[in-house]
Amino acid sequence: MATNNDVILQMNHIVKRFGPVTALKDVNITVRRGQIFSICGENGAGKSTLMNVLSGVYPYGTYEGDIVYDGETCKFRTIRDSESKGIVIIHQELALVPYMSIQENIFLGNQIRKGIAIDTDAQRKEALRVMNLVGLNENPDTLIANIGVGKQQLVEIAKALTKDVKLLILDEPTAALNDEDSFKLLDLIDQLRKEHGITAIIISHKLNEIAASADAVQVIRDGQTISHIDIDAEHPLDQDALIRDMVGRPLTNRYPDHQSHIGAEMFRMENWKCHHPLDENRLVSKDVCMNVRKGEIVGVAGLVGAGRTETMMSMFGHQYGTHATGKLYLEGREVNFPSVRSAIDHGVAYATEDRKVYGLNLMDTIRGNTSLASLKALSKFGVIDETQEKKIAEKYRTEFRTKAPTIEMPSGNLSGGNQQKVVLAKWVATNPKVLILDEPTRGIDVGAKYDIYEIIDQLADAGSAVIVVSSELPELLGICDRIYTMCNGTITANVDAKSTDQEELMRYMTAEIPVDPSKVYA
Amino acid sequence: MSAANSAAVKKGDDKVETQSLKELLLGNARSYGIFFALVVVIIVFQILTGGRLLNPNNVVALFQQNAYVLIAAIGMLMVIIATHIDLSVGSVVAFIGGVGALAMKNWGLNWFLAIMLMIVIGLAIGAWHGFWVAYVGVPGFVTTLGGMLIFRGLATVVAGESIPVSDPTFRAISKDYLPNVFGFWGEFSSNAIIVGVVAIVLVIWMQLRKRNNAIKNGLPVQPMSFVVLKLVIAVAAIAYVTYLLACSGNATQGGIPIVMLIIGVLIGVYWFALNRTVYGRNVYAVGGNRKAAILSGIDTKATDFKIFLNMGFLTSIAAVITLSRLASATAQTGMEFEMDAIAACFIGGTAVTGGIGTIPGAMVGALIMGVLNQGLSIMGVDAAWVKTIKGLVVIAAVAYDLVSKRKKG
Repeated sequence: MATNNDVILQMNHIVKRFGPVTALKDVNITVRRGQIFSICGENGAGKSTLMNVLSGVYPYGTYEGDIVYDGETCKFRTIRDSESKGIVIIHQELALVPYMSIQENIFLGNQIRKGIAIDTDAQRKEALRVMNLVGLNENPDTLIANIGVGKQQLVEIAKALTKDVKLLILDEPTAALNDEDSFKLLDLIDQLRKEHGITAIIISHKLNEIAASADAVQVIRDGQTISHIDIDAEHPLDQDALIRDMVGRPLTNRYPDHQSHIGAEMFRMENWKCHHPLDENRLVSKDVCMNVRKGEIVGVAGLVGAGRTETMMSMFGHQYGTHATGKLYLEGREVNFPSVRSAIDHGVAYATEDRKVYGLNLMDTIRGNTSLASLKALSKFGVIDETQEKKIAEKYRTEFRTKAPTIEMPSGNLSGGNQQKVVLAKWVATNPKVLILDEPTRGIDVGAKYDIYEIIDQLADAGSAVIVVSSELPELLGICDRIYTMCNGTITANVDAKSTDQEELMRYMTAEIPVDPSKVYA
Repeated sequence: MSAANSAAVKKGDDKVETQSLKELLLGNARSYGIFFALVVVIIVFQILTGGRLLNPNNVVALFQQNAYVLIAAIGMLMVIIATHIDLSVGSVVAFIGGVGALAMKNWGLNWFLAIMLMIVIGLAIGAWHGFWVAYVGVPGFVTTLGGMLIFRGLATVVAGESIPVSDPTFRAISKDYLPNVFGFWGEFSSNAIIVGVVAIVLVIWMQLRKRNNAIKNGLPVQPMSFVVLKLVIAVAAIAYVTYLLACSGNATQGGIPIVMLIIGVLIGVYWFALNRTVYGRNVYAVGGNRKAAILSGIDTKATDFKIFLNMGFLTSIAAVITLSRLASATAQTGMEFEMDAIAACFIGGTAVTGGIGTIPGAMVGALIMGVLNQGLSIMGVDAAWVKTIKGLVVIAAVAYDLVSKRKKG
């Protein structure tokens, strides 16, 4: 493919300004027909802005430079203009209506009509055709709310196929997917390219996926195109070189060196059971046993649906599921967390996944978010000591290198990595004995990830016991001392992180064989 | 990593971090815009009414007539911030007023006990609404829609025909002034002058103390020029209002009307509660992101319950003032009070989606409506048209808010 010189898209000297801020300084990209073209760069590098310029979200005239698509210069004024040329963009936040069916979503804004009415039969037929193309085996009348994120992603692609797509743009398509679903999706895109001649632009943070699927990589940094790397069998992707281009500084190691100082047992969970909130007969956690020691970083690996988050949430003040039973011990004493408050008061902190939904009040400032879980300690007779509050927020802003001019900045204006640092600050401010981090680096750039790993190491060094739930196996291998694997609600292994690898972990994550009870605790 | 590290350290070394004046004005344009709008509305009507709008007694009347909106808007603000709504205010005012009037006329309660009774009923109604919203999960819209019907119905039962109130002390609440203990100083009422001077001193002292505290703790502060500018404007505004109030009244009394004291105390207490207490923080957190608030250990149910409890309390105060002003309780009292309070909040920049809103904003929103009302009626504009204009203003205010936000994003 790399020798193919048929260029489908060229963007020349694109400059895009937002008031005084220049988001794109001088971007030049060339995409060949039938390629899988990957764009990567840190958060805020300008990737999404560039795609919005291409798809007409920012109309012609609001940017400088030209777009040459299929041999002609384009002046898109709306998304419809670009769609009529076969350019379809699928955003990171899926644009699906949860309480409408798959079929209705596929034709949303583009309904097949018979007179003034929608021709449901024709839509269903066409929906089945495109669903078949993307390998989605569902009833077209199933509601979007009832299918998983992986399948929702397929619905978006099916929707694009109804629009006669030639150039498909996917913004972080695998950010919310597990590895299995991610590779299925990338396979699908590869297949669409081969069978339908579709060209795909994929914005991604996951370097191993880029290495496995892309024909070319374009690195963007600070609104400028830095390097264009062609990949083929003879020239595999040099991930370290790619990372260097992305962050503009050499990263000799993606994970900081860390010498653990492990002490006595801090927290233990014994035979934890919890049921699905809607289906009381279904066990989501099946006799989960685990422990974590002072100064230790323990990982929890598992595919989506393994029950990792559900187990943690049901323990943390019964915030998930029903009929949770089992025993919890903190520093050897049995404890009970009937509410989130009681868990926090005992020194357990849980930085949840999906920071925008569960972690932050995006309307509130960095200061307000940082102090939210520790207001009790920061107040006297219900009156907040504002000076103390500001001091703490300022302390964590500098220590965590949160990129924001002041602590009075609304957290909604921050980039993903910086928002995650605010979430961490909120929980670290409670002085936790046990800190649970759920997907602490999802959707954030390499530089911010490194910062967060360093923070985790420092917390462990300060004597906290840390549990990291993550879908990225290299991350768990890189930062943890020990890793538990979960499959379908069961703990299937307890392994030393230094003496295992991704393949071994994946084997345990896919086989529901409970771990030998004598080996479940460290 | 070391480069980033040293940059962060360097920044921390700076002695006093000040934000630039331009940054401040731009960053706060939205919050100051509302005050600016109020000034514009006042100036326009001052001209249109040939100077009658700011006649001292008209200013006092403005507060006396709009006291119920100002007070109800404080409660409504918290309700809206927490993503709820209260449609029952008007009906509850009518019901509480009916019981209060009945208590004084038929049961022989004195004015003080009658007020206590009214407040207790207000709290009970607030608890009733709070119970359904917080602990059963019925949306506030539905709960208070029910409340609107229930209490209008009960108001009709209690005060089917109007019940007069004649107690002079009770009547004084809405129409009299604070006593002038130090008499009149020439043309001026001493109480207004004293309170005005104290207010000016307090404002200056608080601003400077806040700034010094921040400097002492190494936190970024606003530049002195900005603080001085803010103080000059604030002092001038307070001085002018003080002057107007000092000139108001008649030969025997004047200065600060009693309702203004009540409003002032409520604004102060609730401003403090919303900005400086854990309760206030919980209200904003629940409105901004309920899930995140729950997972941060906040008892969101108790927070919701207290919000409606406060709403009930403030509604009862509005009922006391309304009953005192009208001197009789009828089933039709308080019609559309809730709408005035909701409109005041929205004009004052409270977010329709919850999570954002301030007491000064809501108060200015209420005053803008009050000035519109008063200015137009001084000009002799028909009440029907006044209502129409008010409706347009509400839409325009929220539209402006949304458009200005969109530009920023």
